[in-house]
Amino acid sequence: MGVITPGFTGRARGGNPRLPPGQYLTEDFPVLSAGPTQRVHLDKWEFAVTTEKGEKRSWSFRELTSLPSEKFTVDIHCVTQWSKLDTRWRGVPVETLIGDLDTEADYVLAHSYGGYTTNLPLADLLDGQAWIAYEYNGKPLTPEHGGPARLLVPHLYLWKSAKWVRGLELATKDEPGFWESSGYHDYGDPWREQRYQGD
Amino acid sequence: MARTAVSGRLAWRVANLAEIRQETATARTLVFDVPGWPGHLAGQHVDVRLTAADGYTAQRSYSLAAPSDGDRLELTVQRVAGGEVSEHLTGPYAVGDPVEIRGPIGGWFVWRPTDPAPVLLVAGGSGVVPLMAMIRARRAAGSRALFRLVYSVRTPADLYYAAELRKPYAGLDVTYVYTRELPDGAPGIPRRISVATLNTASWPTDFGPTTFVCGPTAFVETVADALLALGHSPHSIRTERFGPSRD
Repeated sequence: MGVITPGFTGRARGGNPRLPPGQYLTEDFPVLSAGPTQRVHLDKWEFAVTTEKGEKRSWSFRELTSLPSEKFTVDIHCVTQWSKLDTRWRGVPVETLIGDLDTEADYVLAHSYGGYTTNLPLADLLDGQAWIAYEYNGKPLTPEHGGPARLLVPHLYLWKSAKWVRGLELATKDEPGFWESSGYHDYGDPWREQRYQGD
Repeated sequence: MARTAVSGRLAWRVANLAEIRQETATARTLVFDVPGWPGHLAGQHVDVRLTAADGYTAQRSYSLAAPSDGDRLELTVQRVAGGEVSEHLTGPYAVGDPVEIRGPIGGWFVWRPTDPAPVLLVAGGSGVVPLMAMIRARRAAGSRALFRLVYSVRTPADLYYAAELRKPYAGLDVTYVYTRELPDGAPGIPRRISVATLNTASWPTDFGPTTFVCGPTAFVETVADALLALGHSPHSIRTERFGPSRD
């Protein structure tokens, strides 16, 4: 047990089993980003997947939203300790976008408009675990929350769900992204409280 | 891209409260002694963990309010109604009581005294805390980088660090924006920060300034959009937001 702070009793008990350790519930949808909100013109928006051999596939926004999409409801968890339950989205499963690309990659570096990056194991983006999401709560995803489209990987802390995503780069080597280079955990599992390096 | 040296696991350290300074009716600065503190940069934050007698814990992130000073560090905590941690830290929490702290965290929203570029700081309410750490770091280091602070609050009674900011200090200009109530005798009417405010207070883009914006989400969105409209490059604007989004 940690050091006891006299008089502190705490409040958020009752143990909601859907809350990872150290998280508290919020009804709001807080916004966290490292710089200004990116505003990308839909006409200029492009999303691309590239393989470690340089093979590339890309989609315009119209093309992306014409692909078979899924509506899904998931819980999301931010490393700054808030969690939000039952958030409703629509998007294209990452698996659909990777399709039958010829790759031996184990890792992915997600790139965003504005220069943000984050790294993930490829396996964490497949099998219905991740989407390129473009609707939230039945409406187009707002720029504040990463619109026109963001990566959504709800089983990892939300910094992995890159806002304003513009591409996924498949790679055979793991390379840390923006926050991972500044001391955040390489993987970021909320249930194991992998907030920072070494957790 | 900024890279912060990180050595191994971020350890939880025991911090003992050494001093309390009341900033406003609902905010206080907590000065801690943290033996073994590794030091930090202005703009970084820490995680604070409280543990109840039965082992229940709660942790939150708080910005550091002052630059690195040996084993000492300062946080300014705003009481949030119903805030499990903030209500304790701004209420019963007393000198001598321990908490656990780990950090420092964050290598992006930081100012380094070796950087000579002009700096614009834009604070909304309690968002002034990490920006004050930068102002104090500039002073402590004897930096001659030019600083401007635009500080938006509801009323004069909501100002943090009021006495310290009121003292003239070469190279630091402060502009106050009051959104609900002006100081006694001040001309004009309360208003929100606008493109005009920022056009007056920001540095010309060809000075190559760095801008740090910290405050509630809607405030940061407004300010960052205005700065972009004034021609600042997105890469020169660093932001920290808290609270809910506008939608």
